[in-house]
Amino acid sequence: MPKTLAEKVYEAHVVRSTAGEPDLLYIDLHLVHEVTSPQAFDGLRAAGRTVRRPDLTMATEDHNVPTLDILSPIADPISRAQVDALRRNAAEFGIRLAPMGDRDQGIVHVIGPQLGLTQPGMTIVCGDSHTSTHGAFGALAFGIGTSEVEHVLATQTLPQYKPKQMAVTVDGELPPGVSAKDVILAVIAQIGTNGAAGHVIEYRGSAIEALSMEARMTICNMSIEAGAKAGLIAPDQTTFDFLEGRPHAPQGADWDAAVEYWSTLRTDEGAVFDAEVVLDAATLTPFVTWGTNPGQGLPISERVPDPAQIADEGERQAAEQALAYMGLTPGTPLTEIEVDTVFLGSCTNGRIEDLRVAAELLRGKTIDPSTRMLVVPGSVGVKSQAEAEGLDKVFIDAGAEWRGAGCSMCLGMNPDQLKPGERSASTSNRNFQGRQGKGGRTHLVSPSVAAATALTGRLTAPADLIGA
Amino acid sequence: MDAFITHTGTVAPLRRSAVDTDQIIPAEYLKRITRTGFEDGLFVAWRTNEPDFVLNKPEYADASILVAGPDFGTGSSREHAVWALLDGGFRVVISSRFADIFKNNSTKAGLLTVVLPQAEVEALWAAAEADPTTQVTVDLQAKLVTYGGTTVPFEADDYTRWRLLEGLDDVGLTERHLGDVEAFEARRPAWLPKALPAL
Repeated sequence: MPKTLAEKVYEAHVVRSTAGEPDLLYIDLHLVHEVTSPQAFDGLRAAGRTVRRPDLTMATEDHNVPTLDILSPIADPISRAQVDALRRNAAEFGIRLAPMGDRDQGIVHVIGPQLGLTQPGMTIVCGDSHTSTHGAFGALAFGIGTSEVEHVLATQTLPQYKPKQMAVTVDGELPPGVSAKDVILAVIAQIGTNGAAGHVIEYRGSAIEALSMEARMTICNMSIEAGAKAGLIAPDQTTFDFLEGRPHAPQGADWDAAVEYWSTLRTDEGAVFDAEVVLDAATLTPFVTWGTNPGQGLPISERVPDPAQIADEGERQAAEQALAYMGLTPGTPLTEIEVDTVFLGSCTNGRIEDLRVAAELLRGKTIDPSTRMLVVPGSVGVKSQAEAEGLDKVFIDAGAEWRGAGCSMCLGMNPDQLKPGERSASTSNRNFQGRQGKGGRTHLVSPSVAAATALTGRLTAPADLIGA
Repeated sequence: MDAFITHTGTVAPLRRSAVDTDQIIPAEYLKRITRTGFEDGLFVAWRTNEPDFVLNKPEYADASILVAGPDFGTGSSREHAVWALLDGGFRVVISSRFADIFKNNSTKAGLLTVVLPQAEVEALWAAAEADPTTQVTVDLQAKLVTYGGTTVPFEADDYTRWRLLEGLDDVGLTERHLGDVEAFEARRPAWLPKALPAL
């Protein structure tokens, strides 16, 4: 029977399957960070258990990490205690940790691919919903809760039910200035913030195949914002080229064996999807969110929607609540919305290619004097690469702040936060109420829209900068 | 975890859709390393900023069944959202659709999620708003929600239901099959990556 890519990866990891019970799925890589792991390690200790496979487990410090003065102890005592707990747990259970200051430190979803630990056909989990990022390599990667973190630490497996399959096909060529972020925001707007619940999404079509690995990661990263269990893309030459030579990628004869296997990881002709969504790349434009969930987005050329025009009562109420929180008036052109802060970074858009795109727009220019721009590389590796290319100077010369690596203002667990009422254009993944700081208002954008917005102080498409 | 067999209590009608886990408990409360004591963060922004928020009303202060709009628990995987609801006195959440990770986390911590059609959600909202003292029973054994003269069946997969009824810990169940895990590990290709040693 023809199978989808996700079914192939899932079935290759079933340890045990019995009618009336969930399958037991083997986990090839468990990524760990400081926020969702302390209670799991406590559970292990309380039950006298150990970590079954420390060699398949990798920890990093990312959520609480300050992006300034990173070699000093963390000022916030609660954040510091959480990071210290991870350091103690990693030492006690023999797990590799990339702490602040380490060459491998960074956002958990940036360092996995960077180190070559993320490879096609693997199962990857982390106590973090954006684990779907790793699906860009053709891995089945999904976020889990702390009880499941404990389960994986103890057994290297998870009880799972086979998810349903959704195909999102994007054919054609993306217009200039339209990026992976715009594609995924358009997808989420179409299917809704939980529209893919219970499904794994496979992104396919010529527009997806043409994307770089960084862009594929941006798309898979936000699968969870459509409610999907995971998102993935079939591995191809682009994937293999990205991986070859990375520290943990196979070498020599192992590389050849791996590529041979990876090349089989494609959805079979005739495989059946439970749901299908089709987008025409040529019709896509830069996309921004206006509301308080990632599904509330529109092309940047549109206006703030009028809830009175929404037929469904639930959606109307949601739009009213969102506009009240966002302080927006129906009918306002999105390009007239002024922002206080631009945030470039996160596991969605904090990779080298994202920084290059933004730097290119900022080169030789100065950002709007009333706008603050934070540039936060996704990892120490990304930061070093950007500095080697001189991108740090481009950002600093333009008036932006060049920071250390971490999750930063994506969720404001460190000091990088919006103040109440402040408005951001953010390349991160969530515009939920208070996500970037109490009372903060977030518009999700691509890196190029972020850079264009920093120059003008209001939501701006890069194409509108020409001649400005 | 505590077993869940049946629960009777009053309802807090939360007339909002797509309630994300950042609203259930914001990130600043996630810095703690304990597994209890999260009630102070439960819906804290809405409790602070909206005097009319349902949980600010004294008649719903003792509710133990949260009835919410569709797509409850979207966003972050934080299990703290489940812990905060339990710490805040809730044993059941009813919605027409849940986010996957939230629903999964609930089953690990002993919070029952019940999916009912939106029309039944609306009926529960109406009943709890007409009379906040309405007693609602959620019976996992019988898979029934009962209040007043109304009885509504709900679906629960047999395995998860059994685990909840018995209050069983997943890790202990999996450890019975470690022989299968070892056999699987022996078959894994040698070229698969290891995080150790650091390269």
